[in-house]
Amino acid sequence: MTTQLPIDQAIDLEHGMISREIFVSPEYHRAELDKLFTRAWLFIGHESQIPRPGDFYVSRMGEESVILCRDAQGAVHVFLNSCRHRGMKVCRYEQGNTSLFVCPYHSWSYTTDGKLQGVPLYRVLYENTLKREEWSLIEVPKLALYKGTVWASWDPLAPEFLEYLGGAVDHLDQVLDCRDGRPGGSEVIGVHKWIFPANWKFAAENFLGDTYHNPSHRSVDMIGINPSAQRGVKGRRDNEYNRGQHVWVGFPQGHGMHSVLMPPDLQYEPSYQQYPVVEEYFRHCFEERKRRLGDKARLLPFVGNLFPNASYHGRQPRGICVWHPHSPTETEAWRFFLVDADAPAEVKDVLRRFYMRYSGPAGMTEQDDMENWLYATAASKGTIARRYPFNYQMSMGAYKTNDPVPGDVATQITEQTPRNFYRVYASYLNGGDWDALIGRNRAPVQVAAE
Amino acid sequence: MSEVIERTPVRRGLAWFELKQEIEDFLYHEADLLDQRRFTEWLDLLTDDIVYFMPIRRNVKFGQHADRENTRQGEGISWFDEDKWTLGKRVEQILTGVHYAEEPLSRVTHMVSNVRLLDVQPSVEAPDEVTVGCRFLVYQNRVEYETHTFIGRLTDVLRRAGDSWQIARRELILEQNVLLAKNLSILF
Repeated sequence: MTTQLPIDQAIDLEHGMISREIFVSPEYHRAELDKLFTRAWLFIGHESQIPRPGDFYVSRMGEESVILCRDAQGAVHVFLNSCRHRGMKVCRYEQGNTSLFVCPYHSWSYTTDGKLQGVPLYRVLYENTLKREEWSLIEVPKLALYKGTVWASWDPLAPEFLEYLGGAVDHLDQVLDCRDGRPGGSEVIGVHKWIFPANWKFAAENFLGDTYHNPSHRSVDMIGINPSAQRGVKGRRDNEYNRGQHVWVGFPQGHGMHSVLMPPDLQYEPSYQQYPVVEEYFRHCFEERKRRLGDKARLLPFVGNLFPNASYHGRQPRGICVWHPHSPTETEAWRFFLVDADAPAEVKDVLRRFYMRYSGPAGMTEQDDMENWLYATAASKGTIARRYPFNYQMSMGAYKTNDPVPGDVATQITEQTPRNFYRVYASYLNGGDWDALIGRNRAPVQVAAE
Repeated sequence: MSEVIERTPVRRGLAWFELKQEIEDFLYHEADLLDQRRFTEWLDLLTDDIVYFMPIRRNVKFGQHADRENTRQGEGISWFDEDKWTLGKRVEQILTGVHYAEEPLSRVTHMVSNVRLLDVQPSVEAPDEVTVGCRFLVYQNRVEYETHTFIGRLTDVLRRAGDSWQIARRELILEQNVLLAKNLSILF
């Protein structure tokens, strides 16, 4: 790569130091787009956004616009949103239903399965030259549907999505499954899109389990915006995790999360107390989930980041946020808010109101994150600042493998998950093969002393 | 709400002009409270049952604007779909002094223009409820270099409260699709 600072010097995991260059330099930004976003599995959208044949939803992969589309036969596709002739976006509506994507520029048109159909004056201008079947919309070579969510990779050699997810699937399931434990069943009720002037990795790190940044949310914890706040409960969420063992978990593929392992005698913690009907619903869901999942119900999700840029909130709130890099110092965020599709209307209404007051640019919690990310980026651009690396030494070595849950697990707040993230990140930027990228055949990690 | 069209014919007698002036003054007063950071006094201008709504705008095909351009109040996800309790929480949060997205406080100016009375009930002579439309231009500057300009259309339903008015419903149509500001940490 062309960066002045080689990646292996920029990321020094042995000493827990990472250069600010990877957060501000155009060279690193370019390298990420070329070597990471062209290979990793990326979150595209949700099948609930395209339920019928011909439905489409325009999404992004890295810096580029893509069309998520259900064709006339019902199959799901993801296409680059760019005409094969001169590159014009063939779709500039966010969502809708169509039988054709017609390019506004020269009117080439494509069917919903991506095939080039209409070429004006074909007989006169192109006969015997243009082979239509070779000029379909550019389609992702790898696509996966998982419990309603849609994922894609530009690398034909990428491993299957479930292998890429690895053990992180246990945590993602708790986000995507119904609150009563039935598999899948979520729907997207809305999407936030906004731009903030910070490097995308600050946001990803927040969701890798940066529980250490709690003090920045002091204001919202003081005033209380949780769904029991009107009953005098403080905090930004209900205290569902009170009795649990918090775990910070990393996986070889770069995924990391903060989840909670509840005690064997899993008990319902009162929540949504200012809405009796909703509280009754969630109490019921909790008991049903316990009955369905047994011991597995002990794992509750909090936050996580699926490598590289798909972050989630697991319960309060609940959704997936994708961090699309615009430039080294600018990110476009898209948050997809989730509810159980078959939840009663009253429950959905309480959830959406909580999501709006918690999340995104208008959210009382997340506003403070954006402030941090902006000024952390801004104050790292300078020549002097860049000489000094960020510190990632928290809880060095303080994790065990597969104890008490699968993965590399810390039971104290840790920067092991970002250290692991940047180890994998470096591997992508070094052009590593898939065995290295997802930790196939990885030697067992030594159990470090706590 | 955004489709409220001025009721016709409105008889523009003296009472109408007096009322329009009174409503304009109310809106300018409200802007002063926000820009002078008198947030608690601002809350007093809102009815207890206020609906405060800012939809997300979407890029839709010609002909679908009425149905699909804006997210809807009471459904799904918008920028704001709030009640008085939540708005009170927003003020309370700023007043903690540790809401870092507004600490230090932004410098904000609310401009109000194109004020029009869209509906008056029961009559211009004895108005209890007024629907007023206007444009807003909100300038925010924070810390040193951060500036945002929020421009759009506002429709309010104002209710008579003694010798003044209270806002019973506010709809803010921001002319943006992807939000170009990192935060909506100021009050509109």
